[in-house]
Amino acid sequence: MTALRLQGDLWMGTSPLIRDLKLDMPAGCWSCLLGVSGVGKSTIARLIAGLPGPYRLEGTVSAGDAGTPAGRVAMMAQGGQLLPWADLVQNVTIGARLRGTRPDTARARNLLEQVGLAGLEARRPAELSGGQCQRVALARVLIEDCPIVVLDEPFSALDTLTRLAMQDLAARLLRGRTVVLITHDPLEAIRLSDRAWMLGPDGANRLELPQTLPPRDFRAPDVLAAQADLLVLLQGDVVCAG
Amino acid sequence: MRWLGFGPLLRLLLALGFGLGLWQLVVWATGVPHFILPGPARVGASLSNNAPLLLEHAQFTAVNLLTGLAAGVALGVMTALNLALSPGARLMLRPMLIFAQAVPVFALAPILTLWLGYGAASKIVIVMLVIYFPVTSAFFDGLMRLPAPLTDLAHTMRATPLRKLFLLQVPHAIPALFSGLRLAVVYAPFAVIIGEWVGSSRGLGYLMLMANGRGQTDLMFAALFVLAAQSLALFAALEAISRGRAKLREP
Repeated sequence: MTALRLQGDLWMGTSPLIRDLKLDMPAGCWSCLLGVSGVGKSTIARLIAGLPGPYRLEGTVSAGDAGTPAGRVAMMAQGGQLLPWADLVQNVTIGARLRGTRPDTARARNLLEQVGLAGLEARRPAELSGGQCQRVALARVLIEDCPIVVLDEPFSALDTLTRLAMQDLAARLLRGRTVVLITHDPLEAIRLSDRAWMLGPDGANRLELPQTLPPRDFRAPDVLAAQADLLVLLQGDVVCAG
Repeated sequence: MRWLGFGPLLRLLLALGFGLGLWQLVVWATGVPHFILPGPARVGASLSNNAPLLLEHAQFTAVNLLTGLAAGVALGVMTALNLALSPGARLMLRPMLIFAQAVPVFALAPILTLWLGYGAASKIVIVMLVIYFPVTSAFFDGLMRLPAPLTDLAHTMRATPLRKLFLLQVPHAIPALFSGLRLAVVYAPFAVIIGEWVGSSRGLGYLMLMANGRGQTDLMFAALFVLAAQSLALFAALEAISRGRAKLREP
C-alpha cells in the first residue's frame, strides 16, 4: 500500500504549467485527474512514473514513506506500447526480459486469460482490435506487480461500449493498488474514482463524487447528474482556454 | 488484357524477348559493325562458347562480391550498434563517418590496389568501404527512431541499455536495415567491377577490359550479361529474405 503525495509548481520549459499543485492520493485507491487537453495531465503522469521530459517540478513527489515513486510504477498509455514483432506472451513478459530476470510465461498466459484473451497468446498486436491491445497492456501492467499504477488516458481511443467494458475490467483487476487515472472523459472519472481532481493552471480542485463505490453504474441518476455537472465545468474551462 | 495476369516468369520472358528484339532491330536497321555493337545472337553464341571462361571469372567476382558484402554489412551493423549504445561513440565517430563518406570511395580504388595488390583483398575492401556507410547510416537511423511509447516502456521497466538495444531497438530497426541492405546490394557490383578495372588479373571486370582490348565486343557483352545476372540474383535473394521475414511477422 503506497500513498502518493504531490506538491509544488509544475513548469514546462520556462513557463508555468500548473501553480500550487496539491494532490493527496490515498493508498489502494483510484485517484483521477481530469482536465481539458494541454492542461498538463500527461505531464503529471510522466512525473509520477519518473519519465524524462521538458517539465520541472518545484516541489516534491513522495510515495508512501520512501522517497520518490520511481521504480515502483507501472504505466499504461493510450496505445503504441505493444511490440508489433512479438506475440502476446512475449509482449506481457517484456518487462522481465528488459530487466534481465526470468520471464514468467505461465503467469503471463494466466493473466492473458484473466483479461479475456485466452487462445490468442500466439497472435501479434496487428491481429488484435484496439480494445484487445489495451487488454494486453493491462495484463502487462498486472504482471509487473507494482504498488502504483499510472493509467494515462488508457481507454480514450476505444469506442464507447469497449471503453465501458475495459473500465469494469481494469477496476476489478487493479483493485487494491494505488491507481492514478488520467482522463478527459467525465463519465470515466465518475465511474472509477475514489478521489478526483479537476486540473487547471491554478491548481487542482477536488471534485464531488457520488456516494456509491466504484466502478459505478453508468445508469445511476447520481452518476449521470455528476457527469452533467462535470461537463458544464469542463465546458467553462474550454471556453476560457479557447 | 488477359496476358497481364500470366505468371511473373512469363512476363519477365516477354520483357526480355521484347528487349532482345529491339536490340536486334537496332543492329539491322543501323548496320553497325559487330565490333561496335554485336547483335543478341552473336552475344548468345559468345556466352555459350566461352562458358567455362566466363564461369571461372564470374566465380572470382562473385566470391569477392559476397565476401565484401558480408564484411561490410557486419562492420556496418556493429558500428551502428556501437553508435546507438554509446553517446561518446556518437560524438567521436559520426563526424568521422560523414567525413569518410565525403571522400568518393571509387577514387580510392587505385590507392587500395597499390596497398593491397591485384588479388582479391583490394576488391573485397572496396566493396566493404562502398556499402559500409549506407548500411551503417540506415541501421543507425532505425535504432535511434524507437517510437516514444517504447522508449517510455524501457524507462518504466528499468531496462538496461544493452537489453533495450537488443529487445526493442534492434527489432524495430530491422526494416531500416533492409533498406540499407537494398542499397548495398545495388552498389556492391559497381564497387567490385571498379576494383577489377583498376587492377586485376581475374574477374568479370578484368575479362571485359581484356575483351575490349582485343576487339572481342561480343565477349565483353557476354561478361556484362553474367554480371547483370549476378546483381539480379543478389537483389532477388534479398527480396526473398525480406518477404519471408514479413510473412513470419504476419502469418
